[in-house]
Amino acid sequence: MKRFAQLFEELDASSGTADKVAALVRYFSSAPAEDAAWALALLTGRRVKRAVNYTQLYAWAAETSGYPEWLIGESHGAVGDFSEVLSLILPPPTAPADLSLREVIQGRIVSMARHEETHKKAMVLKTWDQLDQRGKFIFHKLISATFRVGVSRLLAVRALSQVAGVAQEEMDHRLMGEWSPTAEFYRSLMRPPDEGGDGRGVNWNPYPFFLAHQLEDTAFIGENLGPVAQWQAEWKWDGIRGQLIKRAGRVALWSRGEELLTERFPDLLETADRLPDGTVLDGELLAWENGRPLPFADLQHRINKRQPTGLLFADVPVIFRAYDQLEERGEDLRARPLRERRAILEGVVRRFGGPLLQVSEVLEVASWEALAELRSGSRDRNVEGIMLKHLDSAYGVGRTKTTLIDSPQRAGWWKWKVDPYLVDCVLTVAQRGSGRRASLFTDYTFAVWTGPQGGEGELVPIAKAYSGLTDQEILKVDAFVREHTTGRLQGGGGRLVEPRLVFEIAFEGIAASPRHKSGVATRFPRMKRWRTDKKSEEADTLGFVKGLLAQHVRSSGVKG
Amino acid sequence: MVALVRTTDRGLFCEAGGFYIDPWKAVSRAVITHGHTDHARWGHKRYLSSPTGAVVLNARFGRQVEGLIDALPYGERQRFGDVVVSLHPAGHVLGSAQVRVEHASSGETWVVSGDYKTQDDGVSEPFEPVRCHTFITESTFGLPVYAWRPQAEVMAKMNAWWRANADAGRTSMVACYALGKAQRIMAGLDPTIGPILMHGALARCTAAYREAGVKLPGVAVATQESVRAASGRAMVLAPPSAVRSPWAFNLVKRNAVKDLATAMASGWMQIRGARRRRSLDTGFALSDHADWHGIMSSIEATGAESIGVTHGAIGPVVRFLNEKGKHAFAVPTRWEGEAGAEEGGGTGEADGDDHQEEQGLLLGEGGDA
Repeated sequence: MKRFAQLFEELDASSGTADKVAALVRYFSSAPAEDAAWALALLTGRRVKRAVNYTQLYAWAAETSGYPEWLIGESHGAVGDFSEVLSLILPPPTAPADLSLREVIQGRIVSMARHEETHKKAMVLKTWDQLDQRGKFIFHKLISATFRVGVSRLLAVRALSQVAGVAQEEMDHRLMGEWSPTAEFYRSLMRPPDEGGDGRGVNWNPYPFFLAHQLEDTAFIGENLGPVAQWQAEWKWDGIRGQLIKRAGRVALWSRGEELLTERFPDLLETADRLPDGTVLDGELLAWENGRPLPFADLQHRINKRQPTGLLFADVPVIFRAYDQLEERGEDLRARPLRERRAILEGVVRRFGGPLLQVSEVLEVASWEALAELRSGSRDRNVEGIMLKHLDSAYGVGRTKTTLIDSPQRAGWWKWKVDPYLVDCVLTVAQRGSGRRASLFTDYTFAVWTGPQGGEGELVPIAKAYSGLTDQEILKVDAFVREHTTGRLQGGGGRLVEPRLVFEIAFEGIAASPRHKSGVATRFPRMKRWRTDKKSEEADTLGFVKGLLAQHVRSSGVKG
Repeated sequence: MVALVRTTDRGLFCEAGGFYIDPWKAVSRAVITHGHTDHARWGHKRYLSSPTGAVVLNARFGRQVEGLIDALPYGERQRFGDVVVSLHPAGHVLGSAQVRVEHASSGETWVVSGDYKTQDDGVSEPFEPVRCHTFITESTFGLPVYAWRPQAEVMAKMNAWWRANADAGRTSMVACYALGKAQRIMAGLDPTIGPILMHGALARCTAAYREAGVKLPGVAVATQESVRAASGRAMVLAPPSAVRSPWAFNLVKRNAVKDLATAMASGWMQIRGARRRRSLDTGFALSDHADWHGIMSSIEATGAESIGVTHGAIGPVVRFLNEKGKHAFAVPTRWEGEAGAEEGGGTGEADGDDHQEEQGLLLGEGGDA
């Protein structure tokens, strides 16, 4: 555990990829195979099934440490991390042992899962009495299935390829598909380079994704983007960006988060398998029904299932809408202008596509005004707005640095999102943040008035938000909360706050929700502005918010 | 029971003695527990402090306090009005004192801890618990998650970190408060690894320690020349605001990220979130305040029937003590709820203490008043 805890600490502290890879290389070159296999599984996102819940751990920790549970709760408010709090308040081990990672996972967590509570408790207490603070911290993350670490699969691959002395592409290939975290598997990963071929193996990596800049205001378009005819306009889909790769007779589907999604969409892969070797398409994964995308939540449901069942297949058909082609018959197309890439893409999809693989249509408009008109209907179509791509632009890397006003086409891609809903709300509850912001009140609940006008009736919450303020503003709000607390929420560190501060809250969507007291749920709420010019009675009413809902539902219904 | 000390809008006030303890507004008689600028300000008519505390005050405020300080050696008694005052080592920084106040006729005795720590740091006068009826304790780190490792262990970690950096040709830089923490670290660093250098803002306090007779290794002010001449083996101590500043990056060659390893030494570094949001390479949990166990054991050692809790985790400590059957009460301070409101008679140099640090963390570079 010491070695793995050290690795975790190093990964956690470093921000540069070179440092992270170096830490991984140090770990993998020294760890025994049975531990390394588990470490790799954890680093690439596998979870150990949760063996006990928070309530149990809290109670046992209170008993073991002698501290009342409320004091552990107060500590949680200051620390912001459950696993860390428990690791810090528990006494040092009386029988210290450097348990191996494999022993902690298989010998303790996995094996206790099938036993009853008294056995679990004995196991946990025994483990506490052996591990030091850092070891306990990792143990808690694992046993509660909350272990996460900021390492992409690609970084792990890079480190492993260095340790094994094989090409990165080959290591990547070895890691594809299903595998079990066993010593045998790890040893086979570490075998010398495979013989045959050109010795390089097949490169399964996606190209770096090209990203769009946000268009902040509409006036910018008229002044800077030139004639609409130089631009390709498409819907901005609300799905998962991905690259579909066909090489050496096999298909790989990557998300923008460099996650390999190949096995999650077997139906899509059947279609993609028809693509010629050396094809890479950039596009969007969407849950699709009756000619329009379904809400993102439906897609997410499907993504979270590793092996989707037949039922889910039928429920949520997933399609790939391609909007760019990066490689044709092994040739890198990215430097070619978009108009050429588009022509190639349309040809390929016409020949090899199908119901599940289509191009993302180009919106043909004669003027910016006509495009703006289309954009205003985005919500009815379940899209986020419009993408603008200059027809001469190359496919760049990441978000281009240049946003030069005099050369907006150099920026290549722009996203022109539909305007968010805006509601003036009153801050009523503040909670401490987590991680970086653990000791500050940074997470807020916002409410509107139930009466016919602002200031009338009571305040009912409609959104929680924690982003959108500057650090300076957060400090001011934090100070306000500390001075104007009127009560505390039960459990956790929530504070009821005098309803005096007004914020303009922006959100992307709104839905009826019987689970919420207000009857509505908002999507992606964030603080747009602190309305220091407004008093709380000038905030909006629930009637106004429900009016937005009515609009949304009506328009969706008509055009569905 | 008559309250010997109470909170007023100027600070903690002893009416029977006609003096204030660490007042934040100008008063005629100020008893100063220690030289951090959230406790000591200029502008009072008369000061009372320990003799080494006076050395620190003179170093920090110079002419602004010249001729105004009465030094009272630890343990000596002095009468003020109806009370007798004595000062006792608090172990926080050089010259830091607990203030003992005894009512001359009734014998009722209160002790105000000021900031204190129970570990002997080797450079300040070690903490001594003082028997009393009422003990007013600070509670900056008054939660059980704060449990310090022995200083020798933390310094061994810091030296190992420094050595690894030096071997890799990276200059090391540790953020630390100018008064107390910096000198404590100087005394614990291993000078065989490389030269120890400091930011200019640390010089006056360091000189005060030497003047008071504390033995410290040679420490020169860091310049581009001295840092580069050490080719990556130097350890530079600097106030928190300077560590990610152009000053720091200009000290090293070529690539500031590769050539400079940064860390912070503070009790807050006990918590992972606090380490992360500092965007430094590492953190060392080294505090000049008592940890949870230090607070609880000190309370026991005073034998006090009644405990006032101030400065920090007031609510949890009061509740915990009351549940243990003690009589505990909150002593509000100006700092509660006034995030980063530090102004007053500071010398303008980067200074501060863990109190402000909590709020300063989010601001990153500009965190210190």
